[in-house]
Amino acid sequence: MASKEVPEINAGSMADIAFLLLIFFLVTTTMDVDTGITRKLPPPVEDDTKFDIKDRNIFKVLVSSSDRLMVEGERSDISTLRDDVKAFMTNPTNREDLPEKELKFIENLGDIEVSKGVVSLKNDRGTSYEMYIKIQNELTAAFAELRDEVSLQFYGVKFKNLINEDYRKAVKKAVPMAISEAEPENIGGN
Amino acid sequence: MQKINTSALPDIIFMLLFFFMVTTTMREITLIVQVKPPEASEVQKLEKKSLVSYIYVGVPLKTQFGTESRIQLNDAFASATEIPEFIASERESRDEADRGFLITSIKADKATRMGVITDIKQELRKVGAFKINYSSRKVAKLSY
Repeated sequence: MASKEVPEINAGSMADIAFLLLIFFLVTTTMDVDTGITRKLPPPVEDDTKFDIKDRNIFKVLVSSSDRLMVEGERSDISTLRDDVKAFMTNPTNREDLPEKELKFIENLGDIEVSKGVVSLKNDRGTSYEMYIKIQNELTAAFAELRDEVSLQFYGVKFKNLINEDYRKAVKKAVPMAISEAEPENIGGN
Repeated sequence: MQKINTSALPDIIFMLLFFFMVTTTMREITLIVQVKPPEASEVQKLEKKSLVSYIYVGVPLKTQFGTESRIQLNDAFASATEIPEFIASERESRDEADRGFLITSIKADKATRMGVITDIKQELRKVGAFKINYSSRKVAKLSY
C-alpha cells in the first residue's frame, strides 16, 4: 500500500523561483509619480483684437533672454515676486494705480470684492526653461496663498484642505487664476 | 536546536511579487534626449496617466545628433510642426469619451531655451490641446 502513495513534490526551491521573479519586477518597476505645473493655454487669436484692459489692472512681468526680471517697468528679483503679486492683486489701501475691484455675488460666499487685476507674463525666446518654471511657480504660489486667505476666512480651512466641490468653485471664482501670457515675440535684452 | 519552519516563505515572497507586478508600469518609450526636469513647489499630480501624452525636450543623448535642444515624440526626433499630427494620433488612440480630457505633459530639460517651448505651445494651441502640464520635480521650497 505504501507504494501507491503519491510522493510529495519538493517545494524547497519554490522560494528561489519566486525570488527570481520578484527581483525582475523590482528592477523593472518605475514608480515615478508625474508632477508638474498645470496650465490652460488660450485659444489662438484669429485677428489682431486688442484687449481692452486698463493699465492699472495689468501687472507686467518681463523676463529677458539672460533670465533677468522686470516687474512693472522696474528691475526686480524673483524673491520678491510672490509678495508683489499678492500686494497688487489685493490692493489693500484701494490705491488709484492698483487694480479695480468689482463687487460680485458668488454662491456660498455672498457679495465679495473680486480683483480685476491680471498678471501679464512675457518672456524672450532665449529665456531658460528653469527660470520660466520658477516664475510660473511663484505666480501659482501667490494665487494659491490668496485662495488660502479667502478659504480660511469663510470656511476656516486652507484651500487644499477644502473638500466640498461647491465651496472650491466659489473660492476659485473669488480669486481667479488671472495669468495671461503675451503672444510670443523677441524682446531681446541682456 | 530547532529548525525554523520556512514553508510559509514562498507565500510571503509571492505576496511581494504580486505587489510589484501590480504597481509596475513599464516604460513605453526609450528616451533619446536628456531630460532633467526643473524644480517647483506648487505642483499638481497627474492623476490619470492614460489621458496624458508626453512631449520630451532636451539635448540628444548621443552627441552625433547635435548639442541643441530637440523635441522627441514617441521614439524619434521631431520638429514642432509635427506636433499637430502627433496630437491627432494620440486622440485617435483614446476613447471617444476621453478625448476632451487629454493633457499634454511637456517634459523639458531645465536648460532648454523658451523658444522651443513657445513653438510647442503655439502648435498645441492651433490643434486645440489647451490643457498642458509643465513637468517638474516637487520640492518643499525653492531656493533662489
